[in-house]
Amino acid sequence: MSEMNEASVRAEVRAWLEANWNPELGLIEWRNKLVDSGWGAPHWPSAWHGRDLPTGLVPVVEEEFKRIGAIGVAKAGIRVLAAATILSHGSDMQKEKFLRRSLTGQDTWCQLFSEPGSGSDVAGAVTRADLRGNQWVVNGQKVWTTSAHKADWGLLLARTDWDKPKHAGLSYFILDMKQPGVTVHPLKQMNGHASFNQVFLTDAVVPPEMLVDEVGHGWAVTTTTLMHERRGADGLRSWAVGSDRKGRCYDEERAEIATTMEPYKWYPQRAGRVDLVVKRAKETGRFDDPVVRQEIAKLLTMSKAAEWTARRARTAQEQGRPQGPEGSLGKLASSYIARAAARVHTQLTGADALLTGEDSPMGGVIAEILVSVPATSIAGGTDEIQHNIIAERVLSMPKEHSVDTGRPYRDVPRNMAG
Amino acid sequence: MKFSFSSEQDEFRSNLRRFLTDRSPAKEVRRLMETEAGWERDGWRHLNETLGLTALRIPEAHGGHGFGFGELCIVLEEMGRALLCAPYFATAVLATGAIMNAGTEAEKQKLLPDIALGDTVATLAAAEDDGRWDAAATTLIATPAGSGYRLDGHKSFVLDGHTADLIVVLARAPGSTGESGLSFFTVRDDAAGLERRLLKTMDPTRKLARLTFSGTEATLLGEAGAAAAPFARTMIEAAVCLANEMTGGAERLREDALAYAKMRMQFGRQIASFQSLKHKAADMLLDVELAKSAAYYAAAALDDGDEDVAATASLAKACASDAYTQTAIHAIQIHGGIGFTWDNDTHLWFKRAKSSEVLFGDASHHREQMMRHWAA
Repeated sequence: MSEMNEASVRAEVRAWLEANWNPELGLIEWRNKLVDSGWGAPHWPSAWHGRDLPTGLVPVVEEEFKRIGAIGVAKAGIRVLAAATILSHGSDMQKEKFLRRSLTGQDTWCQLFSEPGSGSDVAGAVTRADLRGNQWVVNGQKVWTTSAHKADWGLLLARTDWDKPKHAGLSYFILDMKQPGVTVHPLKQMNGHASFNQVFLTDAVVPPEMLVDEVGHGWAVTTTTLMHERRGADGLRSWAVGSDRKGRCYDEERAEIATTMEPYKWYPQRAGRVDLVVKRAKETGRFDDPVVRQEIAKLLTMSKAAEWTARRARTAQEQGRPQGPEGSLGKLASSYIARAAARVHTQLTGADALLTGEDSPMGGVIAEILVSVPATSIAGGTDEIQHNIIAERVLSMPKEHSVDTGRPYRDVPRNMAG
Repeated sequence: MKFSFSSEQDEFRSNLRRFLTDRSPAKEVRRLMETEAGWERDGWRHLNETLGLTALRIPEAHGGHGFGFGELCIVLEEMGRALLCAPYFATAVLATGAIMNAGTEAEKQKLLPDIALGDTVATLAAAEDDGRWDAAATTLIATPAGSGYRLDGHKSFVLDGHTADLIVVLARAPGSTGESGLSFFTVRDDAAGLERRLLKTMDPTRKLARLTFSGTEATLLGEAGAAAAPFARTMIEAAVCLANEMTGGAERLREDALAYAKMRMQFGRQIASFQSLKHKAADMLLDVELAKSAAYYAAAALDDGDEDVAATASLAKACASDAYTQTAIHAIQIHGGIGFTWDNDTHLWFKRAKSSEVLFGDASHHREQMMRHWAA
């Protein structure tokens, strides 16, 4: 392409879609064509299934897909993270083996970072990978692993050197999940769902070519994955709506989305369901109670102000202006909003809040709010970590004195034995 | 623009901030707040000659610059930040608002140009001893007398009421009740039968007066008996403008407290390195940013003519009230003992936070207003 501008890109992608899009193709067949054309991940390098398109022009391509109703490459969160990480840090062999199959959705992935002993302190991982003979042997336990029971591959953070300080002793691997050394157990949550898993690794093996980047560089690679995860957190909520059009390709995409979104079906309740509050207040006859009205108004105020704050951040980004502090506040605000919403729902529900499932209001939705909201202030970075991030990165306040920096990790105190 | 400012607006803001930093340092705030008037004619004139601030929102046809609430609220946010001692809110928001919302074309031509020039300092007298800013609570009586009217009764909590040259007064016809029979009047400062008493205010930077009217001559402003709607509109504007003023003060307090925490050493380290303070500082940032978003949105909603602007205005006022007060409490706490002293400047903004929290109705009042307008 000699010159890339909005009009030329639009014309080119439109012509290609008009010539190639066919809703009766199989999903994988269609996505393979898409990957061949470079329009599936146009901002990727042309050497790896992309077209070197500046990210500013990606929305143009998305608009054209939407206009014609064409399905894109697999967008499910973790596949995107795996692909982005491998694209940045992987070897050519890894790119060859995984990128296409991630884009087509043939391979599914999970993320093996968190451990029972390292939650907020992800770099404190103690799952070990030891080089024995010509392969890495992995032992340890991972937790909070979404879709591990379905995954073909795992993004694994493991400790390869115990004499180096915390971050420097970590390496990053691609683990074959379908092997005898990997055992997956669902982890039941307090709200009754089991969206995550525990993964037990007992002499699981990784061939040397499945090390990502170099030995000891695992933290840098992890940071790349986490950065993409944070960036995609908003997207996760919006993408997961299948088209209701007819055609084999649409049918297969709907099935894919249903599988991928299964673990997230309680997420709206986790956020507090502010959207239900006024309706519920009217239904329950509490709408005229001045105390309840004050609480509803406080909740709506916070919710609206947070929404407008996010819009300010997004507008600044779109205009290419430096983002102010407002961009870092959304996660914390959503915790406070979820808690306030759960409080209001309890007030509105009265004795019915004693019940759950079909005996309770809205077929259990309200009860599910009350027992799901505690996840909001923990998942994806606790409120405590969010406070630290805001204080240190936005307000430039000094870091807490650290006791593990510069010390061999084997000497750093870890969880007390019970 | 609800979610961003134009580059012209940004430049306007930085010019204003420079001007106010220069003209209204804490030392000057302290000097003026100790005076009975609370402001000085020279400084006021300079403000209007240099920047044309009272003219900002007045239409060009009436001697002003014809800007909107977007610009007016930038001015108020910056004044709140600098704690400027001037009768700006009374003149440019309250009196100008009432005249623009209620006045006839001829009345606007007569009254607004002098306000735009900064020659007339004006205010609005609405609340009475019971401290309610809703029109129905009005008891002051206006009786027709010759070609004009005579006022009998009192007004209280009148912003800069002891120094204003022109007072817009809300009064009712004899025998009327509720929202009917209400009219606006203008009264000059030297009118016979007008008695003005400066009230002792907790916030010395916000002067309030009690006015007594005894057969005081007054001129009708706008349509007789039809003031309820323009008054309500004026109070919506006032809530939005005050919300913006408050966010300016809250941000200033937040920044000063943060700077102090980085400078103050205890136990051999900056107190800003303690997690308890870091988490407090992050919450303060969240409170202030949310309040700013609401205040900016509400200002733009006035300019855009949004139908639900009454709800948005109350939301912004309630949000700013809670945020400013909470920020002030945290700011004093972060300063520790020195923050409780008269010599430290924190209490000046703390008191402004308190006075703003209550002025035109507290957060609970506005939350109820918001529910009535929005979720009915």
